Amino acid sequence: MVTEAVEVTRVVDRAHRESWSTVLSSVVRLTRDLDLAEDCTQDAFVQALRTWPDGIPDNPAGWLTTVARRLALDRLRRETNLRRKLPLLVEQPDAEQPDDAEQPTDPLRLVFTCCHPALARESQVALTLRLICGLTTREVAAVLLIGEATAAARITRAKKKIAAAGIPYRIPADHELPARMDVVLTVVHLVYTAGYVATGVELTRTDLTGRAIELARMLERLMPDEPEPLALLGLLLMTEARGDARVSADGELVLLADQDRSRWDVKLLAEGVSRATAALQRGHGRFALQAAVAGLHVTAPSWEKTDWRQVVRMYDAMMVSWPTPIVALNRVAARSLVPGADLEAVLVELDALSKEPALATYAYLPATRADVLTRLGRPGEAAEAYEQAIHLTANETERRFLTTRQTNLGR
Amino acid sequence: MAQYMFLLFDSEEWYDNLTRDEWQQAMKLHGEFAAAVEKAGARILGGEALERSSTASTVKNREGAEPLVTDGPFIETREALGGFYVIEARDLDQALELAKLCPSGNIEVRPVMPTSEDAAPPA
Repeated sequence: MVTEAVEVTRVVDRAHRESWSTVLSSVVRLTRDLDLAEDCTQDAFVQALRTWPDGIPDNPAGWLTTVARRLALDRLRRETNLRRKLPLLVEQPDAEQPDDAEQPTDPLRLVFTCCHPALARESQVALTLRLICGLTTREVAAVLLIGEATAAARITRAKKKIAAAGIPYRIPADHELPARMDVVLTVVHLVYTAGYVATGVELTRTDLTGRAIELARMLERLMPDEPEPLALLGLLLMTEARGDARVSADGELVLLADQDRSRWDVKLLAEGVSRATAALQRGHGRFALQAAVAGLHVTAPSWEKTDWRQVVRMYDAMMVSWPTPIVALNRVAARSLVPGADLEAVLVELDALSKEPALATYAYLPATRADVLTRLGRPGEAAEAYEQAIHLTANETERRFLTTRQTNLGR
Repeated sequence: MAQYMFLLFDSEEWYDNLTRDEWQQAMKLHGEFAAAVEKAGARILGGEALERSSTASTVKNREGAEPLVTDGPFIETREALGGFYVIEARDLDQALELAKLCPSGNIEVRPVMPTSEDAAPPA
């Protein structure tokens, strides 16, 4: 049966989104060479575009894995002499046989390799986008706001280090897991955030947020006993559920405070809340606490009726185990919203935070200051703070929103 | 198995008022480290302590000029290279675990490049 070209493209695109890392990681286990595995995986997708018009296989991922591994074996045979001399990925001696086509834990192995703590954070993110999410170098560059040459250099350097330094292709042992998993979750969260506040005209890049959620689902599936992957997935789902309400009909940003809560995706919310609840019953890691904050927001009837005291308490707990300037800022912002809050004291805390180098280019800080100053009846200073925030944001929709707020000050 | 060089960087002020007991205590810690490496199934292939960096000399080989000899280490650092190990380990994870047990303030872990006859040129 011949299938329409449009339909084939759609199916291949979906396979790329959903199965790229499954196919690639299976080939990596065979070749123990990231570049070769990537080439063969790419070629398998090209073959799919060519042959699937004659009939789409029942199991696209399985088809792609088989083809990619066959291509890899051909090349390994041809290049045996050269390849024996290259540094190869180290595997655990007890790893599964390399000739098993599919190992359900393959993608996780690849995730832990990409997010190895011996790689710089910027390399971890670039490598995850490239190898796990299947983005091209150009797309990686666009997401991370760096030049294409810089992105390529980061990816190449990281791959070289993995091979030369002997970063193993394996899932860490139980006692290493908490520390190693934290890096993985952070990277997945960064991928989501990169898609959520995309740069340029569009407010979000749904392909990227979708991939981050896919990744979080995969981590949940692969580590069902761990509360933190569960919490991350819950957090992302609750954030995603609010996505549509975040942009008005004419494309403007709508803050959580002003969102039409009836536009939230009820199904995603329920999924997110149940995961957050389950995670919180098992632990209070930082993603569990963040999911708790998100849960307090989505279960509140309105912005005003949100349990701000409880939100502040969650941030207090985060400050104990995870005292970053951004958490401190979120805590102060929540404090400013507790009914009867001492806004002068809040302002003092915000001013102290503005000395943090990590927040120097973070638009949310001056935006929060502007809001507090407005409520204190100091429109002149508020306008200045809005000006700073407008200058710092890289997103066009966010910039228009801040400009409108600034313009409305005098009214 | 792969080989890693551990470069040990520490403050040299420690040497200034060093007692015999403190020195022996430090040597004992290195002995314990060696035992831990063996226990992990890895191997120490070599290693030495170095005299302090003020005793170093650096030779700079220059194109079209005589080699230049200068007093001091190649790079002056507040915490100086004070010793090294060459360790054979399963992979970087094991090497890093062992480095955490190494009695030194800062340990740079560098993979040793294979240079046997059938080794490929570095990528």
